[in-house]
Amino acid sequence: MMAKIELKNIGKKFKDEEVIKNLNLTIEDGSFTVLVGPSGCGKSTTLRMIAGLDKQTSGDILIGGRSVNHIAPGLRDVAMVFQNYALYPTMTVRENIEFGLKNRKVPKQERDTLIHDISEIVGLTSYLNKKPQMLSGGQRQRVALARAMVKQPKVFILDEPLSNLDAKLRNQMRTELIQLHRRLGTTFVYVTHDQVEAMSMGDVIVVMNQGVIQQAASPAKLYGDPENLFTAQFIGTPAMNILNFSEVQGLHIPAAERIGYLGFRPEHVLMKQDLHREGFTLDGEIVTRESLGAETIYQIKSKAGVFFVKTFLEPMEMNSQIKVTIPYEQLYYFAPDGQRIRGIEAREKSLSFVGGK
Amino acid sequence: MKEANRTIAEGRVWFQSAGKEAWMAKGANMAIRAVNLIGLLLLVLIFALPFAWMISTSLKTMPETMVFPPEWIPKNPVWQNFSEAWSSGPFLQYFVNSVVIAVCILALQMLTIIPAAYAFARYQFKGSGLLFGMVMITLMIPSQLIFLPVYLELSAWKLLNTHLGLILPFASSAFGIFLLRQAFKQVPEELIEAARLDNAKEWKVILNIMVPLVRPVLITFALFSFIAHWNDYFWPLVMTTDETARTLPLGIAKIREVEGVATWNILMAGNLILVLPILIVFFFAQRQIIRAFVYNGVK
Ligand SMILES: Nc1ncnc2c1ncn2[C@@H]1O[C@H](COP(=O)(O)OP(=O)(O)OP(=O)(O)O)[C@@H](O)[C@H]1O
Ligand SMILES: [Mg+2]
Repeated sequence: MMAKIELKNIGKKFKDEEVIKNLNLTIEDGSFTVLVGPSGCGKSTTLRMIAGLDKQTSGDILIGGRSVNHIAPGLRDVAMVFQNYALYPTMTVRENIEFGLKNRKVPKQERDTLIHDISEIVGLTSYLNKKPQMLSGGQRQRVALARAMVKQPKVFILDEPLSNLDAKLRNQMRTELIQLHRRLGTTFVYVTHDQVEAMSMGDVIVVMNQGVIQQAASPAKLYGDPENLFTAQFIGTPAMNILNFSEVQGLHIPAAERIGYLGFRPEHVLMKQDLHREGFTLDGEIVTRESLGAETIYQIKSKAGVFFVKTFLEPMEMNSQIKVTIPYEQLYYFAPDGQRIRGIEAREKSLSFVGGK
Repeated sequence: MKEANRTIAEGRVWFQSAGKEAWMAKGANMAIRAVNLIGLLLLVLIFALPFAWMISTSLKTMPETMVFPPEWIPKNPVWQNFSEAWSSGPFLQYFVNSVVIAVCILALQMLTIIPAAYAFARYQFKGSGLLFGMVMITLMIPSQLIFLPVYLELSAWKLLNTHLGLILPFASSAFGIFLLRQAFKQVPEELIEAARLDNAKEWKVILNIMVPLVRPVLITFALFSFIAHWNDYFWPLVMTTDETARTLPLGIAKIREVEGVATWNILMAGNLILVLPILIVFFFAQRQIIRAFVYNGVK
């Protein structure tokens, strides 16, 4: 049961508004792929096109190698979990789960075993005869999952399924979803605009902005090797610091004119001066200090601009004037159009460079 | 009758929502409650009195109906009034006719308004606005204005004195379409999409998802329709010249003619026979109707 999903040159317009532009994406069979991006960037629209609830204006969608352009949502072997669950309010939990099976003419006996097994897995057995209104948010979420699972689809599509839950339950359900994915081995396509959720759940994360894929990669790669400014700033809290390169002094770099922006992560900044690390140094003034327990976040104002520093398990820095160092290998360079420039290495005072392409 | 109960239902809703404002000063709250209660009692009196009068009269002898001041509870209730009313004409036939016609109208209306309302609520098709506008316009045309052409048409089809002639003009209901469309519009789109992903055909979406969700509205409409056609006097009068399709309201009206003198006690007994089925239906549907008025969509 191969369920690779391929989106080829997908475009989507609502009236004259172009929401998705020439989107190409392959979602591997059995992967847990997370679409992430700011509100309105087209995540839901992309999901809905895979499910068949919206029709793409142009391009092809293939599931398991088969074109589904003209296949009705109910016949695509896709199950969807909606943000607000969309449980049928007049049906009991059992009837909710059973509805799809009945429509596919699954015999009664088989239905009963399926429902029994699934409700055991998601822990709903004692609620089967209740109406959704009588359940808590977490229980409704489980019903929605059970309703999707019972159809044994090739693909699970989940559109912000955890956003209506409180923080604690969200963490719990997040873990359960990851386990569920391992257990089923089915393709999961998951939408969220919470980057922490994305990073902790996905094998592959697809960062979208304004209907365009910015980067599709593993969480580690997204964090360590962003393709462009948008991805660099989208992943990580606080976001990657970005300085206007023209305002940066003391960096000696060949071909500097190609560079628009300099970036570095708050957690890579060294506040101690005694370290024998070569790096880019910045003088600045601490504007705010924020302690989050193990971590401390400083906001620092320098000549080149304001930036954040995150330290871990270090005593709070009380001086207001400070000199910080960012190791050269932790610097990221971006062209004026936001694209990453790779292969640049800065050297202290030296004008030699290595490997510039 | 139906107005009475509707007003009571509305009054109760109003009363309840007034009650919610518990944070208001307690004294003012009590005063409002008292005024509410008195208002409700007055309403009940206004609508219940004529009804009590009907029951009382139906159990009196002829001379007793003329006594002034009237006696509310007759000393010797005359139950024969009912049998007399019943046997003053082919009442069994009237009764059966009334049932057949009201039930058939209701069934046909359900068959037509549910799909129509669903289409108007959920689809944007070419001319949907115009079509819905036309449906709405028919709400504003009084039936007395168009009864003549309808009558001529139906008589040309040889439908005078037939059940069909009394049923067909009411096979659909603009009011019902309007009411149901509003209710359907409140159902979140996701529910329908979820059903589509569950491989449900359109008719299954309607029957298994939409209709159960708007059940209170549907029952309320059914009741209004049933009562309206059960009590309808005008159209059966136009369409019938003999007993084959004649309905109860016509039969009861005839009691007066037959006796020459106004036999109020018999007439009231007949009226009671007429409203009894409605009362019974209402008794069972009451909760649903109240729910329809407090109905605030799908949570
Ligand atoms: N039915 C529609 N008609 C017109 N425009 C629409 C429709 N659905 C979505 N859009 C537009 O398409 C764009 C993308 O919407 P989409 O729902 O895919 O965003 P999203 O990434 O899921 O955002 P969110 O995180 O807020 O859910 C938005 O600008 C939205 O206004
Ligand atoms: Mg969305």
